[in-house]
Amino acid sequence: MRTEAIVVIRDLGIDFETIDGVLRVVQGVSLTIGPGEVIGIVGETGCGKSVTAKMLLGILPMPPARVRSGEVILFGRNLFSMGYREREILKQQIGYIPQDPTSSLNPVFPIGTLMTDMLIWRRSGQRMREYLWMRRDRKRVEEAEADAAELLRKLYIPDPRTLLRKYPMELSGGMKQRVLLAMALSGDPRLIVADEPTTALDATTQKRTLALIQEKIHEGHLAGLYITHNLGVARLLCHRTYVMYGGTVVESGPTGILLENPLHPYTRGLVQSIPKLTGGVLRGIEGQVPDYLNPPAGCRFHPRCESRAAKCEEEAPPMLCQGKDRWVACWQYD
Amino acid sequence: MNSMGFSTRGSNSGGRKMEPKIQLRKEGWVRGFLKLSRNRLSLWGGCFLITATLLALLAPWLVPYPEDVFGAVHFEKPLQPPSLLHWMGTDEAGRDILSRVLYGARISLSLAVVVLVLAMGIGIPLGLCAGYYGGKIEQVIMRITDVFNSIPAMVLALAIAVALTPNLLNSMIAIGFVWWRSFCRLVYGETLSIKQENFVLNAKALGASDFHILFREILPNMSSSILVKVTLDAGFAILVGTSISFLGAGASPPTAEWGIMVAYGRHYLPHAWWPSLFPGLAIFATVLSFNLLGDGLRDFFGVEVE
Repeated sequence: MRTEAIVVIRDLGIDFETIDGVLRVVQGVSLTIGPGEVIGIVGETGCGKSVTAKMLLGILPMPPARVRSGEVILFGRNLFSMGYREREILKQQIGYIPQDPTSSLNPVFPIGTLMTDMLIWRRSGQRMREYLWMRRDRKRVEEAEADAAELLRKLYIPDPRTLLRKYPMELSGGMKQRVLLAMALSGDPRLIVADEPTTALDATTQKRTLALIQEKIHEGHLAGLYITHNLGVARLLCHRTYVMYGGTVVESGPTGILLENPLHPYTRGLVQSIPKLTGGVLRGIEGQVPDYLNPPAGCRFHPRCESRAAKCEEEAPPMLCQGKDRWVACWQYD
Repeated sequence: MNSMGFSTRGSNSGGRKMEPKIQLRKEGWVRGFLKLSRNRLSLWGGCFLITATLLALLAPWLVPYPEDVFGAVHFEKPLQPPSLLHWMGTDEAGRDILSRVLYGARISLSLAVVVLVLAMGIGIPLGLCAGYYGGKIEQVIMRITDVFNSIPAMVLALAIAVALTPNLLNSMIAIGFVWWRSFCRLVYGETLSIKQENFVLNAKALGASDFHILFREILPNMSSSILVKVTLDAGFAILVGTSISFLGAGASPPTAEWGIMVAYGRHYLPHAWWPSLFPGLAIFATVLSFNLLGDGLRDFFGVEVE
């Protein structure tokens, strides 16, 4: 089954150059996504999850960001050695679901305009002259509108034709997220990158949206990269999960096993801080995400770690294999 | 019926079916107009401008003495005070001032249009590029803008107009070429904040081109600021244009241009006040109206323009 991997990231390091100095935000991240596989990245806010995903999508502002080391292989091709044009065409095969649906749609145009613009741009082969030509062609525009309505209908939006006439501000958060999902799916992507798509939604809408994303990913046998800080969501959607802390991957493995039997002290802390309906005092993790300007030497987690040893302060632990597909970066298991 | 005293829509005249009487929100343009017209002064400014535009458009059919506009001379009736025959009197060559003031509106309003189109055509793309790309592009564009900013608009426009042989069209080009800097700064500032928005990021992730992002994602989001700026600037552009003509670097004498009319009328000022007063009033009213309307629009859209 495991043919060619969709995404292979090897030893990726990303720096941010700021006035204060160089921030080493992402360090030595390696991950793979196989075909039809959904992987999750979990971790606290500010631990490099979004930066990794944005780098993959090519929307990381460079500068200030800079890739220091590593390589990224996307659909079998090296991301850093390909040309701008090839990169732009490749973007079609990645669907991106943004974090905040309320601000991710341009407020000055109706949904229909946003969607037809995008569909026609793709049909024009992403060439400006063809695009402008096709955008004026009445028949082409109607065709694109019909396709947009079809895309929305597939996401169970009742009366998509009316929706196309509406402005983003007239829609609810869940509806906007569905429109964004439709836009992400419009290019027949092979990979879906979702950056905490449900954090801005309320609990019931969140559940419906998740079910929808899950359904679409299954339907199209898509690969997925799902970023979340909600472990429940990761459990629901992801085959494998990577836990990130301070810009490094600390643990990875099949989601179910990883959450039931967390090995890394950080993962244990995360699992323990899930609020339960029964109440009770949460056992969280003391302290905060490290300062990237002067990251702690050795293991980046050691200042907050309950079971730290002398070695943790000196040397960063490598990824250690602990069973099938199970990796952890902690000296405890050496 | 309607205890609140509001007007209702959707009530039926037959009275058979009882439809619920709901206060509907006014939609779109109607709502916009009602909200804008709460500002009385702005409404007056708008009304004056609409009237002025109509008069300017219809001037060839309205003016009582069309030949007077194009340099006809009637030495038998110079400097006649306002009368029923000549509502605004006649000038030193016996020409009807009303006819000339009405025709002058055509020149002044088209000056505003030419200047602003030119200024926007240069300033908006430059501002967008400077704000969006940053780095060296930003430095080059904004430093050039600063150079233009450091010289007073009037002086620079005058210099350019004189350098390009003084005539009406050249004065328009000169002003437009000076005016772009303020649009550039406005658009630059707005771009800096709009480019941070999530929808720009999303468009990028979906594979949109830079051209699309600049002109279709970023630019439409500042259309209200630009509209306000255009309205406020139109008045000033007319003022600068007439000043240049007044100083003799714009339109040449027989043309019915307000600035020239004031310039030539002022020689007879203490006794014959009408040749300079009426064109002056026309300038005053037009500039004031643009400002009032611009102020109203600014409050209406809630934008800050310098």
